[in-house]
Amino acid sequence: MEWVFETWNWYIAGPLIGLFVPVLLIVTNKMLGISSSFEHLCMMLLPREKHSIFNFNWKDSGWKIYFVIGIMIGAYIATKFLSSTDVPFLPHHYYSWSGMVTLFVGGILVGFGTRYANGCTSGHSIFGLSILSSASLKATVSFFIGGLIYTAFSYFL
Amino acid sequence: MKNFIYIVFGILFGIILTKSEVISWFRIQSMFQFQEAHMYLVIGAGVVVGAISMQIIKRSKIKSLSGEELEYKGKQYHKGFIIGGIIFGFGWAITGACPGPIFAQIGAGEYPALATMAGATVGAFLYHSTKSKLPH
Repeated sequence: MEWVFETWNWYIAGPLIGLFVPVLLIVTNKMLGISSSFEHLCMMLLPREKHSIFNFNWKDSGWKIYFVIGIMIGAYIATKFLSSTDVPFLPHHYYSWSGMVTLFVGGILVGFGTRYANGCTSGHSIFGLSILSSASLKATVSFFIGGLIYTAFSYFL
Repeated sequence: MKNFIYIVFGILFGIILTKSEVISWFRIQSMFQFQEAHMYLVIGAGVVVGAISMQIIKRSKIKSLSGEELEYKGKQYHKGFIIGGIIFGFGWAITGACPGPIFAQIGAGEYPALATMAGATVGAFLYHSTKSKLPH
Protein backbone atom coordinates (compact mmCIF):
# COMPACT_ATOMS: atom_id res chain seq x y z
CA MET A 1 0.00 0.00 0.00
CA GLU A 2 3.03 2.29 -0.05
CA TRP A 3 2.11 3.60 -3.49
CA VAL A 4 -0.80 5.47 -1.88
CA PHE A 5 1.66 7.92 -0.32
CA GLU A 6 3.59 8.48 -3.56
CA THR A 7 2.43 10.17 -6.78
CA TRP A 8 -0.45 8.12 -8.19
CA ASN A 9 0.30 6.64 -11.60
CA TRP A 10 -1.83 7.53 -14.59
CA TYR A 11 -3.19 3.98 -14.82
CA ILE A 12 -4.57 4.32 -11.30
CA ALA A 13 -5.75 7.95 -11.34
CA GLY A 14 -7.05 8.07 -14.94
CA PRO A 15 -9.50 5.16 -14.63
CA LEU A 16 -10.65 6.40 -11.19
CA ILE A 17 -11.43 9.82 -12.70
CA GLY A 18 -13.23 8.12 -15.60
CA LEU A 19 -15.36 6.10 -13.17
CA PHE A 20 -16.81 9.34 -11.82
CA VAL A 21 -18.83 9.64 -15.02
CA PRO A 22 -20.97 6.47 -14.56
CA VAL A 23 -20.91 6.39 -10.75
CA LEU A 24 -22.04 10.01 -10.32
CA LEU A 25 -24.73 9.46 -12.94
CA ILE A 26 -26.08 6.25 -11.42
CA VAL A 27 -25.92 7.37 -7.79
CA THR A 28 -27.11 10.97 -8.19
CA ASN A 29 -28.28 11.28 -11.82
CA LYS A 30 -25.91 14.23 -12.35
CA MET A 31 -23.47 14.96 -15.16
CA LEU A 32 -19.89 15.59 -14.03
CA GLY A 33 -18.92 19.26 -14.34
CA ILE A 34 -17.34 21.96 -12.21
CA SER A 35 -17.05 25.36 -13.91
CA SER A 36 -20.64 26.49 -13.28
CA SER A 37 -19.74 26.54 -9.59
CA PHE A 38 -18.16 29.93 -10.39
CA GLU A 39 -21.60 31.21 -11.36
CA HIS A 40 -22.89 29.94 -8.03
CA LEU A 41 -20.08 31.84 -6.27
CA CYS A 42 -21.06 34.99 -8.22
CA MET A 43 -24.65 34.63 -7.09
CA MET A 44 -23.55 34.28 -3.47
CA LEU A 45 -21.74 37.61 -3.78
CA LEU A 46 -24.36 39.54 -5.75
CA PRO A 47 -27.82 40.77 -4.70
CA ARG A 48 -30.74 38.57 -5.70
CA GLU A 49 -32.05 40.85 -8.46
CA LYS A 50 -28.81 40.34 -10.40
CA HIS A 51 -29.08 36.54 -10.36
CA SER A 52 -31.18 36.29 -13.52
CA ILE A 53 -28.21 37.17 -15.78
CA PHE A 54 -26.63 33.83 -14.93
CA ASN A 55 -29.55 31.79 -16.19
CA PHE A 56 -28.46 29.27 -13.55
CA ASN A 57 -29.81 25.76 -13.92
CA TRP A 58 -30.26 24.67 -10.29
CA LYS A 59 -31.18 21.09 -11.18
CA ASP A 60 -28.07 20.53 -13.34
CA SER A 61 -25.58 22.65 -11.42
CA GLY A 62 -26.84 23.50 -7.92
CA TRP A 63 -24.97 20.51 -6.43
CA LYS A 64 -21.57 21.61 -7.71
CA ILE A 65 -20.92 24.03 -4.88
CA TYR A 66 -20.99 21.04 -2.47
CA PHE A 67 -18.79 19.08 -4.85
CA VAL A 68 -16.09 21.78 -4.89
CA ILE A 69 -16.21 22.10 -1.08
CA GLY A 70 -15.52 18.36 -1.08
CA ILE A 71 -12.64 18.80 -3.53
CA MET A 72 -11.00 21.29 -1.13
CA ILE A 73 -11.40 18.87 1.79
CA GLY A 74 -10.14 15.97 -0.33
CA ALA A 75 -7.05 17.91 -1.39
CA TYR A 76 -6.39 18.77 2.27
CA ILE A 77 -6.67 15.10 3.26
CA ALA A 78 -4.42 14.05 0.37
CA THR A 79 -1.64 16.47 1.32
CA LYS A 80 -1.90 16.11 5.12
CA PHE A 81 -2.49 12.39 5.53
CA LEU A 82 -1.80 10.63 2.24
CA SER A 83 1.58 12.07 1.22
CA SER A 84 5.02 10.95 2.31
CA THR A 85 6.70 14.06 0.87
CA ASP A 86 5.69 17.69 0.42
CA VAL A 87 4.72 18.14 -3.22
CA PRO A 88 4.60 21.75 -4.46
CA PHE A 89 1.72 22.55 -6.82
CA LEU A 90 2.52 26.21 -7.50
CA PRO A 91 5.97 27.70 -8.14
CA HIS A 92 7.51 30.12 -5.64
CA HIS A 93 7.12 33.16 -7.85
CA TYR A 94 3.35 33.04 -7.39
CA TYR A 95 3.86 33.71 -3.66
CA SER A 96 4.09 37.48 -4.22
CA TRP A 97 1.72 40.34 -5.00
CA SER A 98 2.73 40.34 -8.66
CA GLY A 99 2.36 36.56 -8.75
CA MET A 100 -1.14 36.76 -7.34
CA VAL A 101 -2.09 39.46 -9.84
CA THR A 102 -0.94 37.07 -12.58
CA LEU A 103 -3.05 34.27 -11.07
CA PHE A 104 -6.02 36.61 -10.77
CA VAL A 105 -5.77 37.59 -14.44
CA GLY A 106 -5.26 33.94 -15.45
CA GLY A 107 -8.26 33.08 -13.29
CA ILE A 108 -10.39 35.61 -15.17
CA LEU A 109 -9.46 33.82 -18.41
CA VAL A 110 -10.35 30.46 -16.82
CA GLY A 111 -13.72 31.70 -15.55
CA PHE A 112 -14.63 33.66 -18.68
CA GLY A 113 -13.38 30.98 -21.07
CA THR A 114 -15.03 28.00 -19.39
CA ARG A 115 -18.38 29.74 -19.12
CA TYR A 116 -18.18 30.95 -22.72
CA ALA A 117 -17.27 27.39 -23.78
CA ASN A 118 -20.04 26.05 -21.50
CA GLY A 119 -17.72 23.66 -19.71
CA CYS A 120 -14.21 22.83 -18.57
CA THR A 121 -11.86 19.87 -18.49
CA SER A 122 -14.26 17.82 -16.39
CA GLY A 123 -17.50 18.73 -18.16
CA HIS A 124 -16.13 18.60 -21.72
CA SER A 125 -12.89 16.61 -21.69
CA ILE A 126 -13.99 13.88 -19.26
CA PHE A 127 -17.79 13.80 -19.30
CA GLY A 128 -18.41 15.15 -22.82
CA LEU A 129 -15.83 12.93 -24.49
CA SER A 130 -17.13 9.93 -22.52
CA ILE A 131 -20.55 10.37 -24.12
CA LEU A 132 -18.82 10.90 -27.50
CA SER A 133 -20.06 14.49 -27.87
CA SER A 134 -18.53 16.19 -30.94
CA ALA A 135 -19.16 19.63 -29.39
CA SER A 136 -17.10 18.61 -26.35
CA LEU A 137 -14.35 17.34 -28.65
CA LYS A 138 -14.19 20.77 -30.33
CA ALA A 139 -14.03 22.41 -26.90
CA THR A 140 -11.30 20.04 -25.69
CA VAL A 141 -9.14 20.60 -28.77
CA SER A 142 -9.59 24.37 -28.24
CA PHE A 143 -8.46 24.11 -24.59
CA PHE A 144 -5.23 22.49 -25.75
CA ILE A 145 -4.72 24.89 -28.67
CA GLY A 146 -5.05 27.80 -26.22
CA GLY A 147 -2.63 26.25 -23.72
CA LEU A 148 -0.09 25.37 -26.41
CA ILE A 149 -0.23 28.85 -28.02
CA TYR A 150 0.29 30.54 -24.64
CA THR A 151 3.11 28.18 -23.68
CA ALA A 152 4.85 28.62 -27.05
CA PHE A 153 4.60 32.42 -26.79
CA SER A 154 5.86 32.56 -23.22
CA TYR A 155 8.77 30.32 -24.23
CA PHE A 156 9.91 32.60 -27.04
CA LEU A 157 9.33 35.91 -25.25
CA MET B 1 -28.53 16.34 4.11
CA LYS B 2 -29.01 15.05 0.58
CA ASN B 3 -26.16 17.31 -0.45
CA PHE B 4 -23.80 15.37 1.80
CA ILE B 5 -23.29 12.80 -0.97
CA TYR B 6 -21.88 15.55 -3.24
CA ILE B 7 -19.37 16.53 -0.58
CA VAL B 8 -18.31 12.87 -0.30
CA PHE B 9 -17.91 12.60 -4.08
CA GLY B 10 -15.98 15.87 -4.03
CA ILE B 11 -13.62 14.56 -1.33
CA LEU B 12 -12.85 11.45 -3.40
CA PHE B 13 -12.38 13.55 -6.55
CA GLY B 14 -10.13 15.98 -4.69
CA ILE B 15 -7.96 13.15 -3.34
CA ILE B 16 -7.53 11.67 -6.83
CA LEU B 17 -6.75 15.03 -8.48
CA THR B 18 -4.22 15.87 -5.78
CA LYS B 19 -2.51 12.47 -5.54
CA SER B 20 -2.14 12.25 -9.32
CA GLU B 21 -0.74 15.82 -9.29
CA VAL B 22 -2.94 16.97 -12.18
CA ILE B 23 -3.46 20.08 -10.01
CA SER B 24 0.22 20.93 -10.33
CA TRP B 25 1.34 23.99 -12.31
CA PHE B 26 4.56 22.08 -13.05
CA ARG B 27 2.65 19.15 -14.57
CA ILE B 28 0.57 21.50 -16.72
CA GLN B 29 3.76 23.17 -17.98
CA SER B 30 5.28 19.78 -18.81
CA MET B 31 2.08 18.82 -20.64
CA PHE B 32 2.03 21.93 -22.83
CA GLN B 33 5.77 21.58 -23.52
CA PHE B 34 5.35 17.87 -24.36
CA GLN B 35 7.96 16.98 -21.76
CA GLU B 36 5.97 14.23 -20.12
CA ALA B 37 2.93 12.15 -20.97
CA HIS B 38 1.45 11.99 -17.46
CA MET B 39 -1.39 14.51 -18.00
CA TYR B 40 -2.32 13.13 -21.41
CA LEU B 41 -2.37 9.57 -20.04
CA VAL B 42 -4.50 10.49 -17.01
CA ILE B 43 -7.06 12.33 -19.16
CA GLY B 44 -6.89 9.67 -21.90
CA ALA B 45 -7.36 6.76 -19.49
CA GLY B 46 -10.20 8.66 -17.83
CA VAL B 47 -11.98 9.15 -21.15
CA VAL B 48 -11.50 5.49 -22.18
CA VAL B 49 -12.93 4.20 -18.89
CA GLY B 50 -15.72 6.82 -18.97
CA ALA B 51 -16.64 6.01 -22.57
CA ILE B 52 -16.70 2.24 -22.05
CA SER B 53 -18.83 2.71 -18.91
CA MET B 54 -21.28 4.91 -20.79
CA GLN B 55 -21.59 2.37 -23.61
CA ILE B 56 -22.41 -0.32 -21.04
CA ILE B 57 -24.93 1.98 -19.36
CA LYS B 58 -26.56 2.80 -22.69
CA ARG B 59 -26.85 -0.82 -23.81
CA SER B 60 -28.04 -2.25 -20.51
CA LYS B 61 -30.54 0.58 -19.87
CA ILE B 62 -29.38 0.98 -16.28
CA LYS B 63 -31.52 3.26 -14.09
CA SER B 64 -30.34 5.56 -11.32
CA LEU B 65 -30.21 4.29 -7.73
CA SER B 66 -33.53 5.99 -7.03
CA GLY B 67 -35.08 4.28 -10.06
CA GLU B 68 -35.19 7.26 -12.44
CA GLU B 69 -34.19 7.25 -16.09
CA LEU B 70 -30.61 8.49 -16.36
CA GLU B 71 -30.56 12.06 -17.68
CA TYR B 72 -27.55 12.98 -19.75
CA LYS B 73 -27.01 14.70 -23.04
CA GLY B 74 -24.27 16.42 -25.00
CA LYS B 75 -24.11 20.20 -24.98
CA GLN B 76 -25.42 22.32 -27.85
CA TYR B 77 -22.44 23.57 -29.87
CA HIS B 78 -21.87 27.29 -30.47
CA LYS B 79 -18.83 29.42 -31.45
CA GLY B 80 -17.95 30.00 -27.80
CA PHE B 81 -16.84 26.38 -27.51
CA ILE B 82 -13.83 27.28 -29.64
CA ILE B 83 -13.27 30.96 -28.73
CA GLY B 84 -13.98 30.45 -25.03
CA GLY B 85 -12.08 27.16 -25.13
CA ILE B 86 -8.92 28.88 -26.39
CA ILE B 87 -9.30 31.68 -23.80
CA PHE B 88 -9.60 29.04 -21.08
CA GLY B 89 -6.49 27.31 -22.50
CA PHE B 90 -4.49 30.53 -21.94
CA GLY B 91 -5.74 30.69 -18.36
CA TRP B 92 -5.01 27.01 -17.78
CA ALA B 93 -1.39 27.48 -18.89
CA ILE B 94 -0.96 30.63 -16.76
CA THR B 95 -2.53 29.40 -13.53
CA GLY B 96 -1.68 25.71 -13.84
CA ALA B 97 -5.25 24.93 -12.91
CA CYS B 98 -8.55 24.17 -14.57
CA PRO B 99 -11.65 24.73 -12.42
CA GLY B 100 -11.53 21.56 -10.26
CA PRO B 101 -7.82 21.92 -9.49
CA ILE B 102 -8.29 25.57 -8.44
CA PHE B 103 -10.28 24.32 -5.46
CA ALA B 104 -7.86 21.44 -4.93
CA GLN B 105 -4.84 23.79 -4.87
CA ILE B 106 -6.57 25.87 -2.18
CA GLY B 107 -7.30 22.74 -0.14
CA ALA B 108 -3.71 21.59 -0.58
CA GLY B 109 -2.54 24.82 1.05
CA GLU B 110 -1.39 26.69 -2.07
CA TYR B 111 -3.08 29.90 -0.98
CA PRO B 112 -2.18 32.06 -4.02
CA ALA B 113 -4.82 29.90 -5.76
CA LEU B 114 -7.39 31.99 -3.87
CA ALA B 115 -6.46 34.73 -6.36
CA THR B 116 -7.16 32.28 -9.21
CA MET B 117 -10.56 31.46 -7.70
CA ALA B 118 -11.40 35.14 -7.27
CA GLY B 119 -10.38 35.78 -10.87
CA ALA B 120 -12.45 32.87 -12.17
CA THR B 121 -15.50 34.15 -10.30
CA VAL B 122 -15.00 37.62 -11.82
CA GLY B 123 -14.46 35.95 -15.22
CA ALA B 124 -17.78 34.10 -14.99
CA PHE B 125 -19.46 37.41 -14.11
CA LEU B 126 -17.77 39.17 -17.06
CA TYR B 127 -19.00 36.48 -19.44
CA HIS B 128 -22.60 36.76 -18.29
CA SER B 129 -22.42 40.58 -18.37
CA THR B 130 -21.19 40.62 -21.96
CA LYS B 131 -22.67 37.45 -23.48
CA SER B 132 -25.35 39.27 -25.50
CA LYS B 133 -22.55 40.99 -27.46
CA LEU B 134 -20.40 37.89 -27.97
CA PRO B 135 -20.66 35.58 -30.99
CA HIS B 136 -22.45 32.33 -30.20
